[in-house]
Amino acid sequence: GFLKRVQTGDKGVRPLSLAGHVGFDSLPDQLVNKSICQGFCFNILCIGETGIGKSTLMDTLFNTNFENFESSHFEPQVKLRAQTYDLQESNVRLRLTVVNTVGFGDQMNKQESYQPVVDYIDRQFESYLQEELKIKRSLHNYHDSRVHACLYFISPSGHSLKSLDLVTMKKLDSKVNIIPVIAKADTISKSELHKFKIKIMSELVSNGVQIYQFPLDDETVAKVNTTMNGHLPFAVVGSTEEVSVGNKMVKARQYPWGVVQVENENHCDFVKLREMLICVNMEDLREQTHTRHYELYRRCKLEEMGFKDTGPESKPVSLQQTYEAKRQEFLVELQKREDEMRQMFVQRVKEKESELKEAERELQSRFEQLKRLHADEKAALEEKKRLLDEDQSSFSKRRAAAQLLQAQSLTANGKKDKDRKK
Amino acid sequence: HNSPTFLFVYGLNKLSSESGTDLFGYVGIEAVLDQMRSKTMKAGFEFNIMVVGQSGLGKSTLVNTLFKSKVSRKSCTPNYEEKISKTVKLHTVSHVIEEKGVKMKLTVIDTPGFGDQINNENCWEPILKYVNEQYEKYLREELHVNRKRRIPDSRVHCCIYFLPATGHRLRPIDVEFLKRLGKIVSIVPIIAKADTLTIEERQEFKERIRQDLAANGIHVYPQKEYDEDPEERILNDRIRESIPFAVVGTDKEHQVNGNKVLGRKTKWGIIEVENVAHCEFANLRDLLIRSHLQDLKDVTHNIHYETYRVRRLNESNMDFSELGLSTWLLENGTADKWESESHL
Repeated sequence: GFLKRVQTGDKGVRPLSLAGHVGFDSLPDQLVNKSICQGFCFNILCIGETGIGKSTLMDTLFNTNFENFESSHFEPQVKLRAQTYDLQESNVRLRLTVVNTVGFGDQMNKQESYQPVVDYIDRQFESYLQEELKIKRSLHNYHDSRVHACLYFISPSGHSLKSLDLVTMKKLDSKVNIIPVIAKADTISKSELHKFKIKIMSELVSNGVQIYQFPLDDETVAKVNTTMNGHLPFAVVGSTEEVSVGNKMVKARQYPWGVVQVENENHCDFVKLREMLICVNMEDLREQTHTRHYELYRRCKLEEMGFKDTGPESKPVSLQQTYEAKRQEFLVELQKREDEMRQMFVQRVKEKESELKEAERELQSRFEQLKRLHADEKAALEEKKRLLDEDQSSFSKRRAAAQLLQAQSLTANGKKDKDRKK
Repeated sequence: HNSPTFLFVYGLNKLSSESGTDLFGYVGIEAVLDQMRSKTMKAGFEFNIMVVGQSGLGKSTLVNTLFKSKVSRKSCTPNYEEKISKTVKLHTVSHVIEEKGVKMKLTVIDTPGFGDQINNENCWEPILKYVNEQYEKYLREELHVNRKRRIPDSRVHCCIYFLPATGHRLRPIDVEFLKRLGKIVSIVPIIAKADTLTIEERQEFKERIRQDLAANGIHVYPQKEYDEDPEERILNDRIRESIPFAVVGTDKEHQVNGNKVLGRKTKWGIIEVENVAHCEFANLRDLLIRSHLQDLKDVTHNIHYETYRVRRLNESNMDFSELGLSTWLLENGTADKWESESHL
């Protein structure tokens, strides 16, 4: 940082000697006190096959019984389960989130197994980025859910890494600090373990997998970190059960042939893991996550969205200009979509319209047809009526004629009678 | 470090009291405090302090006394041309100082010419401009796609405003400056060259100043609204009841009762700068450096800078959430949604 520049003679920044005690040596304490008030966040992701001992190791590391569910081996897809706990040690408050994979390595086809893990990690970065880009933001109080450390559990086969291990770690090494551990290390003998560790590290190197290196730039921890880097991957054994050894109760696993003590460095590397993960490098893990992995995610995301720092001809471009350009682009795209939709709408309407017209025409022709039929029927009926009327009228005429005739004949007869009487 | 400590579990998902609370044993979480301490010691600190006041009020001397070194060169009496010049020109000087392994890059921003002209209207403008420029610089860096690992911080963390020891009230220039700058930077007002006031005169002056500040709605550091918890409130209330600190500055040492003390020698006695019975320099130093330095930086970063940022983003109509959401929409095919709505 700026100190390097001073040492190489940065103009305008001169070192000055103090004539007495000023008191800013209390600054680190002021900072630490503020952090104590706020509390710390630490998020660990455990990846490993079902039953490999992830939950047990977490319980052992943090000396507690987290809520554990025994998972089945029949999960159709890899899922992640995150649980958050508030822990306290003396005056330090820690908000710990433990994320476990569920069903990892159980499927027949493991090609997509890494994807849910990558998605989870990205989602936490995205969440932070969204908060960082908000206008009114609250980073100060934000609950940081980004994964600070990823413990990758290697099966204690004694031979080599599985291809699933290599593929998964390769996908994750630019997104998270990976610390590989050999699980259930009490099933491997010491000599086999040594060979196994060498095999694993060489496989990681030859496949270009970047695991987390314990930092060497701070003299206070460089020595212990260098030693520890040489012990990777840590061979761990977890247990919350206590067994009496000598006159003490220790965390251990009891077998008929002996007792494997978790905190005995001759038996396994548990103490080394705890030392590295928590006591020495927790802060560095958090810092690497923020300054390296998150920045990479953010850079890629912004570039994806079309933001750049320099425009054509390498002139620096202000974010505002890029934002305006992006927004114009977006509005144009939106307009295009809108037009497409409108066109589609219009098209649909036309189609519907012609459908309706067709239906109408059909209806109309049927109507005409019916009308004609009706007219024909009517004409036929009228004809019948006319004939009937004719019939009726001719009948009436005939009747009238008959009646007349009858009446006439009656009158004629009457007259004859009358004439006779005279 | 290796002694066993108790570990309590408060499950966020309401664990029953049986599980978890009974397990004791060493974990090592508190080691994170040391990790943090060594990280900050290695990285070093930056602190930017601005001094504002008429010439002759002892600004340079005070800064030198505060930091026990020749941070500012005392300006000699400005010549005729300088006196007639119409602007306040800000002057920045940086030093690296170290104490017990803690390295600090101290930047002092001086404001010669403030309040010195015949017509002092708008003399706060260049200062306002400077403060906002630093916020702007930081904002631009923060918005870069490719960001520096550590953004250089030139923002003004603290502005010491020098009130002449008139004994009366705040003057119009004081009110104008404090009103405007008080909104964007943490101001610590002090009574300069307070050796011309008796203790009673000092108390009355302070009381009147506090009344004037309240009457004009001016909030100086530490601002009441930013107290984070009751403990902090109590601490800060005590400070608020004693500001503005009446200070005397000097770089000369004298012998008093066989001890070497920083003081001003007069015919009627030696004013011991670090003696709280004589003046409140020690209170100021403790506030600024020994107890609230980190807080000054935090208030600048979390409050003043954020306020500036909100205003700037609103001005430029830059709402990233609008873009972010829309990109997601475009990527995730809202086409389907639209199609279903066009079924007639």
